[in-house]
Amino acid sequence: MTLADFIVTNAPALLVAIPLFAAFTSPAVGKISTAARNLWVMGAMLLTAAVAFILAFRVFSTGTVIYVFGAAATTLAVPLDSGGIPIRIIFTVDAMSAFMEIICAIVGTSVLLYSLSSESKNTSLEGYYALFLLMITGVFGMVSTGDFFNFFVFLEILSLASAGLIAYRIDGGLAVEAALKYFVLSTLGAILVLFAIGIYYGQYNALNIAMIAQRMQFTMLDKIALVLLIAALAMKCGAVPMHFWTPDAYSMAPSSVTAFLVVASQASLYGLFRILFTFYNVTLNCVTVGWIIIILGILSMVVGVTMAIPQKDVKRLIAYCAISQTGYMLLGVGVGLAVLGNAALSNAFGFVAMEGGIFHIFNDAVFKGLLFLTAGAIFYRIGTCDLNKMGGLGHNMKYTMIFFIIGALATAGIPPFNGFASKLMIYESVYLFNPILAIIAMVVSILTLAVFVKVFHSIFMGPQLPEYADVKEAPLPMLIGMGILAAIVILFGLFPQLVVNGLVAPAAHALTNQGGYISSVLGGA
Amino acid sequence: MDLLSPVQTGYGVWAPLAWLIAFVVVTIVVYLIWNMGESSYKKGTDQVRPYLSGNAEPEKGAVHIRASNLYWGYLQALKGYYDTMVPMHTGILTDYIVWFVAVTALLLVIVGGLS
Repeated sequence: MTLADFIVTNAPALLVAIPLFAAFTSPAVGKISTAARNLWVMGAMLLTAAVAFILAFRVFSTGTVIYVFGAAATTLAVPLDSGGIPIRIIFTVDAMSAFMEIICAIVGTSVLLYSLSSESKNTSLEGYYALFLLMITGVFGMVSTGDFFNFFVFLEILSLASAGLIAYRIDGGLAVEAALKYFVLSTLGAILVLFAIGIYYGQYNALNIAMIAQRMQFTMLDKIALVLLIAALAMKCGAVPMHFWTPDAYSMAPSSVTAFLVVASQASLYGLFRILFTFYNVTLNCVTVGWIIIILGILSMVVGVTMAIPQKDVKRLIAYCAISQTGYMLLGVGVGLAVLGNAALSNAFGFVAMEGGIFHIFNDAVFKGLLFLTAGAIFYRIGTCDLNKMGGLGHNMKYTMIFFIIGALATAGIPPFNGFASKLMIYESVYLFNPILAIIAMVVSILTLAVFVKVFHSIFMGPQLPEYADVKEAPLPMLIGMGILAAIVILFGLFPQLVVNGLVAPAAHALTNQGGYISSVLGGA
Repeated sequence: MDLLSPVQTGYGVWAPLAWLIAFVVVTIVVYLIWNMGESSYKKGTDQVRPYLSGNAEPEKGAVHIRASNLYWGYLQALKGYYDTMVPMHTGILTDYIVWFVAVTALLLVIVGGLS
């Protein structure tokens, strides 16, 4: 077997093995020199991203890839002597998983490159990079696993690493307090997830997602498990009214970490969608549960954006906008779920609404990540996130300002940036479902634009202030990190159909195709 | 061809390249009109100084409108809403947990009872 064959065959395992290995060895490599450690972590991230792209290419061209750990053959999901139960740990990478992996690879690489400069002045960088790579491991694991208990394990890895990084700056105890809040709520959520896993295992003697989906009866216990999972994962993705931890954690974490926390939140959103569509699908009352998701989405959109307007801390403000954008994803996919049982409505607009919601996951990861990185570049140069103390920075930080404009216009859904394409898909398909919901979504976009007009004016406009006369542009690695994300915002905005046909539609099909997911695992026995 | 084809939105289409071409054409037309105007701007002269009815120009920091002063009218108009919403964000962890538990309980009632 050549090295290339080895990588292609074992790509799902390498996706978590490489960052995990690099995480635990990076402190040791850091003892040699800072440059060696930087090279080590960046090399590991680039290698992981390359593996993610190889795996995604394989999935999009040949279909779902399953990887069975410890089996004689990596595709042998159900051993002959197991009584028909897939007992081993299995990674099931379908188009939806591959879609999330691409997001994690792109944002993770950009953010890590940015971190090499943004965190260079700080101490305890061994811990920073180790925890950051553990976050990468957690996200890749959550979106790849086909085993529900492993989903819980990777969720915990992600939560612990995230809490450590939120507290990284300490900041007179404020960052530690924010991390504590995140940690307690994450643990509470994880307990609910574990309880739901127990319910499934007690009923169906299985932890494998495909096996549970195949045996799903939608009993009262299944309803309880569903509610526990919706509550836990909606809280983890920052849906209103369980969003309170989000502005605290996002504003106190280093900006590079915050940019990746957006992806971490989206991994929970992925988990929520996976449970709704792959576990339950049409066995549940699609209208009731769909409307629950829609209402969570509408609340997130409205409360998120309206709470952003009076904020004075730029990162806290962007955090509220992030909550608002999560609402669009919930709205789009919620409408898709609400009409899932009706083929005519699904074909008329439900599937497009889902595509819009899923497309917006990618777009949000990129433009919101970009906005957090620009906020970090400003903090790096002037040492404050207080909008009242800023002004005139456009004179000194022209590239950062351009990147901010791109991110802000994309977030507000202004053409021709990527946010417009996904929002338009959501507006028009949701309008056919319920015009009032579409109007609310459009009003929220207008308010989002108003929010960023305020931020843009406060930070970049006005005369050059004397206290910032000597401020320089952000360092090159930070600009490159922001530039990669800005380029994707523009390219996805100019060629949205390419993304929709190539990535989004297959992901939406994979998510709704419960039978395909089950047969890819159990049919290969 | 995927690269140039528009996005189907379920209700209509979105063709960003057509929009971009229209944007560029309009920009060129606007530039040509602007270019036909009289060019009397002279950099570095009194012409570029702000005219403040004969008063002295304030310090740079004093003329910049800070973030807290923006959208004052909007916030006043929605004072009732913000008087409710802002205090709800207490920053107290136990309050966050109460919201989480309350939503979970509500969902149990809705999903358990209605579906």
